Amino acid sequence: MSEIHFREMASKSWLNFLTFLCGSAIGFLLCSQLFSILLGEKGDTQPNVLHNDPHARHSDDNGQNHLEGQMNFNADSSQHKDENTDIAENLYHKVRILCWVMTGPQNLEKKAKHVKATWAQRCNKVLFMSSEENKDFPAVGLKTKEGRDQLYWKTIKAFQYVHEHYLEDADWFLKADDDTYVILDNLRWLLSKYDPEEPIYFGRRFKPYVKQGYMSGGAGYVLSKEALKRFVDAFKTDKCTHSSSIEDLALGRCMEIMNVEAGDSRDTIGKETFHPFVPEHHLIKGYLPRTFWYWNYNYYPPVEGPGCCSDLAVSFHYVDSTTMYELEYLVYHLRPYGYLYRYQPTLPEHILKEISQANKNEDTKVKLGNP
Amino acid sequence: MVSASGTSFFKGMLLGSISWVLITMFGQIHIRHRGQTQDHEHHHLRPPNRNDFLNTSKVILLELSKSIRVFCIIFGESEDESYWAALKETWTKHCDKAELYDTKNDNLVNIESNDRWVQMRTTYKYVFEKYGDNYNWFFLALPTTFAVIENLKYLLFTRDASQPFYLGHTVIFGDLEYVTVEGGIVLSRESMKRLNRLLDNSETCADQSVIWKLSEDKQLAICLKYAGVHAENAEDYEGRDVFNTKPIAQLIEEALSNNPQQVVEGCCSDMAITFNGLTPHKMEVMMYGLYRLRAFGHYFNDTLVFLPPVGSEND
Repeated sequence: MSEIHFREMASKSWLNFLTFLCGSAIGFLLCSQLFSILLGEKGDTQPNVLHNDPHARHSDDNGQNHLEGQMNFNADSSQHKDENTDIAENLYHKVRILCWVMTGPQNLEKKAKHVKATWAQRCNKVLFMSSEENKDFPAVGLKTKEGRDQLYWKTIKAFQYVHEHYLEDADWFLKADDDTYVILDNLRWLLSKYDPEEPIYFGRRFKPYVKQGYMSGGAGYVLSKEALKRFVDAFKTDKCTHSSSIEDLALGRCMEIMNVEAGDSRDTIGKETFHPFVPEHHLIKGYLPRTFWYWNYNYYPPVEGPGCCSDLAVSFHYVDSTTMYELEYLVYHLRPYGYLYRYQPTLPEHILKEISQANKNEDTKVKLGNP
Repeated sequence: MVSASGTSFFKGMLLGSISWVLITMFGQIHIRHRGQTQDHEHHHLRPPNRNDFLNTSKVILLELSKSIRVFCIIFGESEDESYWAALKETWTKHCDKAELYDTKNDNLVNIESNDRWVQMRTTYKYVFEKYGDNYNWFFLALPTTFAVIENLKYLLFTRDASQPFYLGHTVIFGDLEYVTVEGGIVLSRESMKRLNRLLDNSETCADQSVIWKLSEDKQLAICLKYAGVHAENAEDYEGRDVFNTKPIAQLIEEALSNNPQQVVEGCCSDMAITFNGLTPHKMEVMMYGLYRLRAFGHYFNDTLVFLPPVGSEND
């Protein structure tokens, strides 16, 4: 009995030993596999967004508190010790811009939050316009419904709200989407040549449907104070219609009716400043197919490749959250040290005079060296 | 009976895993003192003090800008031809001279080997013999890397190239600190000289792999160590890495999850030198974002001056 038991034990322990060896081999291999997987690089996948319809809208939108522009020109102090922002600061006070961002309850945390964390800080005032109010964000409630067909109605109500509460607080009034990235410093440079008491508006100019052209909604557009007054007035006097499902086109039509000029927003060497897509889509030749609507819509001859875009670009559209921060980094942080940029634009004479007058009284030295 | 063999299986797995870990850790490197924590010095290198140059004349500063001559070596194999075309058309135009070594279709250096370390050291030898006298800094990068040469020159301009410098993004591997090739490798002329002396005369820089194949950047570090050249991690004034091994988008995504209040400040340095993992399209976009796109009204009082390259459209 004990002998049989002993044999059983022997075979059992032999089996145990074998499973032990198996286990150690598998453990060994598993570890090396895990290690090499962990060290493997992640692939770079970027979904490409190409919309076939310039009026393909974001199916969001459904909020009164404005955000004062938090312009801290010296926030990132140590890296920017060599940075002279006198001219940018001067323009901030001289060319006051109120920004309102078209958003909705679903997109406050997803999209509008990143706008707020980046470029919105540089507006003199910024408002986030939603269908319902949100006191925490904060977002203004326009008391409209949600949906694509509500967009023009929201635009009208937003401009009316701005006109009622903030008309005297700014000279220019910008509308942008929650996936638009705007470079306010460059917008101020563009607008510094114009008088806000003139009826004019700027954006990425499209040519169909409206004789003087109209401005792309997603790329953002900016109205002078006079243009805003006329737009709001148009609805009081029934000169423009309230109903339309195509926001930018309807606004463009109304501007034409009210004799507000569609301005040329290109820079001094003819390069576009407002962009309906992200930089990559404009810079890479052949990215946008020849059959794409864009080539027939652009008011001025469209250009792809490096000539597409001004050094002093004002806006890009269809910008996702990562790209918001990437643009913020490229525009305001990363720079090639000591590089002498090819394009050296200046301010209009009258502004330069004012600045030098102001500086005669102070000790600051304004160096018009690099850009 | 099943449970008994089950536990022994798991005991075996555990032992196997542990022994793999031990072998990998100790198999590749020398152990100096068993059981003692290693007192390793992590070397850092930062840009020069701005105030040192406040009183230097413009003429001297211009001469200084021209005196830093960087030779760029793009080394590796790429997925397709468009990478090489993109490199020629984008950032390498800002090097004083650039050579592209496609290790798959090599018709330049004629390296007859598929071993990456053999390819790398043959390349370094070739470059030093041909260009060693005319350049004082040698920068090696992968075909997926984008480099800002102006920022590299700013980092280096007070450094003496006749001293042994070996810079980049460093990683500590046991008691070896090495510069990862993904971030780009910078060698001063003196380091190149010493490296080439070793490659000429001895077998010390032969393959050091014991169990697993050592990557070429580690091999380079071991080789340079014999010549008394030690790796240094390059950083900005805040201690942020300037050589990055990842693309900007990835660094931002990481900052979004680790540091959502300070995404841009936490992500990357203002004087970043490299990013890795870029496609040809992304390199073209970088040219615009870096050399052209900017905010009006922000001016900088820089010590050095760099002119745009002749006959170029995208910068």
